[in-house]
Amino acid sequence: MSYLMLNNVTYCYPNGFKAVENVSMSFEKGESVAIVGQNGAGKTTTVKMMNGLTKPTEGDVIIDGLNTKDYTTAQISRKVGYVFQNPDDQIFHETVKSEIRFGPKNLGFSEEKIEENVMKAAELTGIVQFLDVHPYNLPYSLKKFVTIASVIAMDTDTIILDEPTAGQDSQAIGRLGVIIDALVREGKTIITITHDMEFVVNNFERVIVMANKRVVLDSHKQDVFWNHGVLEEAMLKQPHISRLCHTLNLSDKVLDINQMIDVLKKTSSMVKVTL
Amino acid sequence: MSAIEIRNLSYQYPTGSEEVLHNLNLTIESGKFYALAGVNGGGKTTLCNVIRGFIPHFFKGERTGKVLIEGKDVQDWDPSDLAQKVGFVFQNPFTQISGVKETVFDEIAFGLENLGVEVDVIRQRVQDIIGLLGIGYIQDKNPNELSGGQKQRVALASIIVMEPDILIFDEPTSQLDPQGTEEIFRVIDIMKKKGKTIILVEHKIELIAEYADYVIVLQDGEIKKQGRTEEVLADEATQDFGLGLTQYTLLDLAMRKQHMHTERIPITEGDSVSVMKQWMEFQGVKA
Repeated sequence: MSYLMLNNVTYCYPNGFKAVENVSMSFEKGESVAIVGQNGAGKTTTVKMMNGLTKPTEGDVIIDGLNTKDYTTAQISRKVGYVFQNPDDQIFHETVKSEIRFGPKNLGFSEEKIEENVMKAAELTGIVQFLDVHPYNLPYSLKKFVTIASVIAMDTDTIILDEPTAGQDSQAIGRLGVIIDALVREGKTIITITHDMEFVVNNFERVIVMANKRVVLDSHKQDVFWNHGVLEEAMLKQPHISRLCHTLNLSDKVLDINQMIDVLKKTSSMVKVTL
Repeated sequence: MSAIEIRNLSYQYPTGSEEVLHNLNLTIESGKFYALAGVNGGGKTTLCNVIRGFIPHFFKGERTGKVLIEGKDVQDWDPSDLAQKVGFVFQNPFTQISGVKETVFDEIAFGLENLGVEVDVIRQRVQDIIGLLGIGYIQDKNPNELSGGQKQRVALASIIVMEPDILIFDEPTSQLDPQGTEEIFRVIDIMKKKGKTIILVEHKIELIAEYADYVIVLQDGEIKKQGRTEEVLADEATQDFGLGLTQYTLLDLAMRKQHMHTERIPITEGDSVSVMKQWMEFQGVKA
């Protein structure tokens, strides 16, 4: 049995709008997975069911053996942390430090453990120098890192990041990669929604593609980004380098610059040998 | 003709302890597309606030130097005239939407109503913009019920419907998927073709490379680099100021390190395809 499972899950909003239809997926501990797809494909609704923020209308969400239907959101949030898309939806404290302390404090951690978790989360997210600042005085980009730190400090087994790259500059996107890598090495499961295909190529192996409220493919990034039918259905584009490789009719299925260089070297040396 | 002249501009927020813009000098040519790029916190949004006159009309603080539009400093412009001259699409669409209108259609019409434009004209212009942005399916919805991406489109519509000469877009696609992002850039490009002056804050470097005429790189409140897009983005040293280059440029630079020299450094996809085809032909590789 997997650590986190969605079994034939459907979610229907109270007004009758069906946002997710018959979705199944499962995750192991220590896995990092990207969920991609158009706005409105059902990505955020799906992940909100993973931390018990919403409960499925049909089907079951099982986390570490617990069916979310039988537990409160507060109980499930000990297992799965969720970083909102819009940091303003999440922040309400007067200093960055008290904001990050809030989660672990609520979980009843000892004062010592709270301090330790807060410092660790602040260091990993690069916001130590802002601990005494009012979060609302920080720019959007840093606020997002405050919300990520707040969830890391709760030390949950699974962390969900909803569009962490939105509005971030290239340095911040690099830092996000470092954070995800460090958390995965600690054995945490990281599930990330993103529209940034280069970010997916650089930081994830497994990719779940959603379109029209359903999962259309759940596979290795190599299979996903070279499956033109699926990309078209989900209105997604290949990563830039893959597209270039495709246009140039090179036979290999590359995803990034290093792979592209290897292919170019291989093809040009083959030509030299034939000559 | 220059649309905006900025001379020796410095600024400090009223609650800030240090300057966020230091001695900026900049000429924005009329009808051209400028991308403001660089790390977050570099001063991009503040500069937009200055050009739109929110500094010093709304945010006080200490501003020195000159910011001239049509030869007159923005602080001497009548705020409502300036609002018609310079449109500003905010980074956060939740800030832009008035909250007093019950439908998307009325929200987009709000600015024109305030200007006292005739009802028939308003209707036509709002209808045109709704068509241009493909948001007819939400025109009767309450703006507060929209998704982030839909709100971003409505915020954009509510500004471009006013047809200001100068349009400032502060990360207009941060909430959008790749397809939505391309649609917005298509609309911005249409505005440019109509002769509007465009100033865009954006992190998606491949789109800057595709659309902008000029790039201005801001870091620590200073202009570190400015010039034609193909010059700024093909220069490896631009990365020193925290700006990422396009995947196409990075590929070319990585090839050069491996002694695989192409004829020139590309910045866009189309450019890269032709440079690579040429290189492969030279190597005897069949494309």
